[in-house]
Amino acid sequence: MIDTLSAAWLIARKDLAIEFRTRSAFLSSVVFALLGLVIFYYAWDPTAVSVADLAPGVLWIIFTFSGLLGLHRSFGVEATDHAIDGLLASPVSRHSIFLGKAFANLVFVAAVQMIAIPALVLFYNLPLGDVAAPLIAIALLAAIGLVAVGTLFSAMAVNTRLAELLLPMLALPFFVPIVIAATQATAKLLSGRPVAEAGAWLKLLLAFDIVFVAACTLAYPFTLEE
Amino acid sequence: MSFTAASSPAPIVEVGDLTRSFGHTRAVDGVTFSLAPGECLALFGPNGAGKTTLLRILAGLLKPSSGAALVSGVSLPAGAEVRSRVGLISHHTLLYEALSPRENVAFAAKLYSVRDAAMRAEESLRRMSMMDWADAPVRSLSRGMQQRVSIARAMVHAPQLVLADEPYSGLDDSGARALTALLQELRSSGTAIIIVTHNLAEGLSIATHAAVMRRGRFARYDRRSDVDAASYSEIYRDAVAADD
Repeated sequence: MIDTLSAAWLIARKDLAIEFRTRSAFLSSVVFALLGLVIFYYAWDPTAVSVADLAPGVLWIIFTFSGLLGLHRSFGVEATDHAIDGLLASPVSRHSIFLGKAFANLVFVAAVQMIAIPALVLFYNLPLGDVAAPLIAIALLAAIGLVAVGTLFSAMAVNTRLAELLLPMLALPFFVPIVIAATQATAKLLSGRPVAEAGAWLKLLLAFDIVFVAACTLAYPFTLEE
Repeated sequence: MSFTAASSPAPIVEVGDLTRSFGHTRAVDGVTFSLAPGECLALFGPNGAGKTTLLRILAGLLKPSSGAALVSGVSLPAGAEVRSRVGLISHHTLLYEALSPRENVAFAAKLYSVRDAAMRAEESLRRMSMMDWADAPVRSLSRGMQQRVSIARAMVHAPQLVLADEPYSGLDDSGARALTALLQELRSSGTAIIIVTHNLAEGLSIATHAAVMRRGRFARYDRRSDVDAASYSEIYRDAVAADD
């Protein structure tokens, strides 16, 4: 019998293969992120707000909403032709379905971040310098938490008539603590403060990740009850 | 009233007073039967009779509200061990339309830990005459071709119990013949089959037992050898008329 992690990897590979074929959600998310950066850039008054104050908020607003586009698609591909029934009737555990979906979503969000972060640095002329590595760590830690929560609520929302509306309504309140911690940590780094000052926010992000990943993995089977 | 076939040894499916409710509606209401290896139950009935709900319970997709449903002696809802013995053909294809038939069936084979998944997927597709379209995206295939792939997907792990919900849907004559031959071959190799269909002739051609389901209950349960197709057609018409 296939073990949980092998099944999760198999499901994640399948999801990534589907996204690679269609590229619909990825392109939508990247275009959304770049458009967001441009809109914020032209709405910004550099004499009133410094770049170090503006950029963290812009970055995490964009990641949050562009991520939602991909998260909605996560279980959307299972709804077409009821492919989810094929997964649920197979001998893989419910937890491996959630973990596979979450891992594919993490790759998706990380790929969007890999394009959006350099774009932000270019647009806003940010002095990235020594903070690039800690910034990547923040982005990854925050992405794990966002993806765990978003994947769970994507599973809950997919069979409703207003899935596109319901997913943000359910997920955004749970995104708040992650986005606050990520924004605060990013602000410390971009304002030139020592990396150690962002350490407390990084630890908080790590704690959120552990709690959300564990809670969402355990909660996922209950979203399948009819 | 018991529908248990007392002469059948070590049944693969045992269902006793099974009930599944949705709110105040009993979709399955006190159904009892058993099915031994190599036996096939053809399940007929009007729309909304509870046939699909019964199959979904046996596939582990729904929990019973009360009563017992056992597959290979294990009570449902069961774990991976039991699910690995069941093949499900739904009236939905259960396929990923962006992937090819080969990828869909190989993915299913890997989920079921089938050895040489790629080779078994190819065999299963060849059996349904789908090798010429094995690498085309599923979305580019006709409904009938998708149904053939869906059948190949359900059979790739050589299940001991096949649950087929309107498997002939969308199939042309050659596809229907291939499916009938496959189901008969599975039966003779000891696989138990429950087939839901509105086509009495197709269902009765492979069945060892036949049931008419109405409003969640078995209105009739017979050994195939005890009925002829003509009289069964009248029984079925009565059941449909009673539900209207």
